[in-house]
Amino acid sequence: MRWLVLIATSVLCLAIKIFGHYVPQRWLANARLQRINALIPIALLSALVVAEGVVQKTHVVLDHRLAGLAFAVVALLAKAPFPVVVVGAAVTSALVYHLH
Amino acid sequence: MAPLPRTTVRDALSVSLTVGAYGVAFGAASVAAGFSVLQSCLFSLFTFTGASQFAAIGVVASGGPAASAIATAAMLGTRNALYGIQMAPLLRVRGLKRVASAHLTIDESTGVALSQVPRGAEAVRVGFWVTGAGVFVFWNLFTLLGALGAKALGNPASWGLDAAVPAVFLGLVWPRLENTFLRVVAVTSMVFAIVITPWLPAGLPIIATALVAVVLGWRTR
Repeated sequence: MRWLVLIATSVLCLAIKIFGHYVPQRWLANARLQRINALIPIALLSALVVAEGVVQKTHVVLDHRLAGLAFAVVALLAKAPFPVVVVGAAVTSALVYHLH
Repeated sequence: MAPLPRTTVRDALSVSLTVGAYGVAFGAASVAAGFSVLQSCLFSLFTFTGASQFAAIGVVASGGPAASAIATAAMLGTRNALYGIQMAPLLRVRGLKRVASAHLTIDESTGVALSQVPRGAEAVRVGFWVTGAGVFVFWNLFTLLGALGAKALGNPASWGLDAAVPAVFLGLVWPRLENTFLRVVAVTSMVFAIVITPWLPAGLPIIATALVAVVLGWRTR
């Protein structure tokens, strides 16, 4: 299953990139398509924050990861650089995990 | 002419190193999701677009089906096609070089290249190729280091990796939320994902959230 995910993801992602370099420009000039396409990363990345941060299997579970995410929010609000956000979230979460 | 590409190269290399270093997080998260070190490295070599890679392994880690992992990763990759449409007329390359330029078309290479437009066409090309190749080298190198490191460290929760992955996604979406409407899209997506989570098989809520983008993007605002 993991090989399938690896190969199919790689083939599709490369095909999408190549498509962009060969397609006539007018094909993707549709305003609605561009608007939706610009929103898709925001929707999916937001859903991934939820799925990885507060979900286990099919349940919403609030655990040590939420402490890490809370740190990330504060760090991003304070305009901290990306490594600080990620490493700080990991450290916070690990601390809470071990305190339990 | 001489000082012009030097600034461009400096910009490109600093972006390459900073961004490439996140490869550590990918390599580690990928191994924690059950992928081997080899598979993790192949991901970075051939998929080579960070958000899609994190999404694919993230869906697998949360117990989702392969189709959901692949579809989520591919949808996150569609923006690279839009970058390609912008970059192709600026790069004007053919054959294998064109395929290589397509593979290197990601957020960072396009971003640096387009920021060089005021410095002229040569700076745009230098910016694109140096950033694309630079990120490629560092991203793959750091993926290997992260994967080997995770193998040595063991239980991901005890050193916080299970929280680092959602923090990566949050850090990726954050700079995109430039106005109130985009913040509404992000919050609506999160609420939607939470609400549908108990009703769908694991991994599916992520791809289902694309609906939020379609509905909110449908009307002119």
